[in-house]
Amino acid sequence: MFHGLWKLTWLEIKIFLREPLGAFGSVFFPVLVFVVAGRMLGGRLSPVSGPVAGFVRVGLPVLASILIALSGVLSLVTIISIYREGGILKRLRATPLRPQTILTAHVLVKLTLTVVTMMLMVLAGKRYYPIHVDVPVFGFAMALLISTWSILSIGFLIASIVPTARFAQPIGAAILYPMIALCGLFVPLESLPPTAHVLARLLPLTYAVSLLQGIWKNEAWSAHVGDVLALIVVFAICTALSAKVFRWE
Amino acid sequence: MVSEQHMAVLPMSRPIIQVSSIRKTYGSTVAVADVSLEVSEGEIFGLIGPNGAGKTTTMECVEGVRRPDSGNISVLGLDPFRDIYKLQNRIGVQLQQAQLQKRIKVWEAVDLWASLYSHPVDGDQLLEQLGLANKRDAWFMTLSGGQKQRLFIALALINDPEVVFLDELTTGLDPQSRRAIWELVRGIRDRGKTVFMTTHLMEEAERLCDRVAIIEHGKIIDIGSPAELVGRHCPKRTVVLATRDAFAEERLRTIPLAETVTSRDSRFTIQGRGDDFVTEVIQCLSENRIRVTDFRTELPNLEDVFLKLTGHSIRD
Repeated sequence: MFHGLWKLTWLEIKIFLREPLGAFGSVFFPVLVFVVAGRMLGGRLSPVSGPVAGFVRVGLPVLASILIALSGVLSLVTIISIYREGGILKRLRATPLRPQTILTAHVLVKLTLTVVTMMLMVLAGKRYYPIHVDVPVFGFAMALLISTWSILSIGFLIASIVPTARFAQPIGAAILYPMIALCGLFVPLESLPPTAHVLARLLPLTYAVSLLQGIWKNEAWSAHVGDVLALIVVFAICTALSAKVFRWE
Repeated sequence: MVSEQHMAVLPMSRPIIQVSSIRKTYGSTVAVADVSLEVSEGEIFGLIGPNGAGKTTTMECVEGVRRPDSGNISVLGLDPFRDIYKLQNRIGVQLQQAQLQKRIKVWEAVDLWASLYSHPVDGDQLLEQLGLANKRDAWFMTLSGGQKQRLFIALALINDPEVVFLDELTTGLDPQSRRAIWELVRGIRDRGKTVFMTTHLMEEAERLCDRVAIIEHGKIIDIGSPAELVGRHCPKRTVVLATRDAFAEERLRTIPLAETVTSRDSRFTIQGRGDDFVTEVIQCLSENRIRVTDFRTELPNLEDVFLKLTGHSIRD
């Protein structure tokens, strides 16, 4: 069923790293920004109290995670549409590679890069952000994995619909980034106007943020079953839809 | 011994690919209206016609990349749509306008493809045969057009397929690379494989194909060997010669198979039909001791056949 998956995944990682700015843009740059910001702010953060400190302690890491996941999704959307436009998908399809294998390989590449970036961030964070929180790294990684997987399925749906590679990135960004405003990171869901609240409840990012924040704050997984279920539902719906509308050329 | 010889002859007539009355439309556009054809084991079969005639769509239906709206296809006894994964192990495909990842290395592509099939041939040896050994570590994007096509041929051959599909293989290549590719394709046939190819280059079809099917507006107009088609549709031969002999025209008109004799200055154009026509012209010249300063025969080719059958040139 997934014959050739590992070889293709490994190959796609190598190919991605050969891109100019590939590794730098997606892995090192976020970490670099994080470190630079840490050096500039680091010493002054601990005395701050109140909501700002709360945001720094929980909101910021979650926001960073979400941004990294989204950039992974956008890069997936772009790659899929370039592959389609260039006839690469068509060529791969005329081999015994199953369509699911090709798509799964790309998801694995993005997940791997997201995980690597996050690990570097955590290492850098330990060094530069003097926030003494006992963060459940493994649990948070799991939560991020589930969230990214679910958001990636939205990426697939976008990749299935965008007409050309040129529009892939902007259309993807236009759909994904506005979700950040409503996802509960900056404004608590409860204080949103009713319509915005309903809208936020429909956005998958809201559940991802709720899950990530909860796990970061050491809350129990049992308190976030609803979030995980919502993310799985999003994944199921988007995967089913994109399987229907996906074009190979 | 006798049975072996018998075996060597028999498979030539066995159809490997059978296509009957397939039709494929995209919305209101009819890409393939009605195509039926058979490809025999061990031959190079060419589907020829202008761009947009339905060549690629027909081929992609046979490869199982597309599903025809109606009609039946059998390749190696398998249904290309239902048995696609079984079939893919036994066929090799080169697609028109396909690309690979820009930064994939030649050996990586060959290695990936080899891992997908149950009985791959040696990739390095294949690259050697196709003259790509020194490009083993090159990125796909750095290859020339001819090198890319040779890589695609390598990928199409990696599973030691019984049937190889080549779609517009030499389009966009310079004459030298084109000739090199023709040699490769003949080599594939000489190793006992069946080749199903498309081209809009009549010269390519004439030099390479054992049999061709002419397709236009999604329909097959005629099928046969290039020589058969020429004989069937353009039996006329032309001889052009130059002479200052005052009685030449009169004498040339006595040639039994000649149909028309026209002259301009001292150049004569004689048209006739039949295999003996050219011989008769030569005999006439020698019997009458007509001195010629130029002598040239013009034999019709597939290009002429196409023009005759469709009323327009293939390049229009």
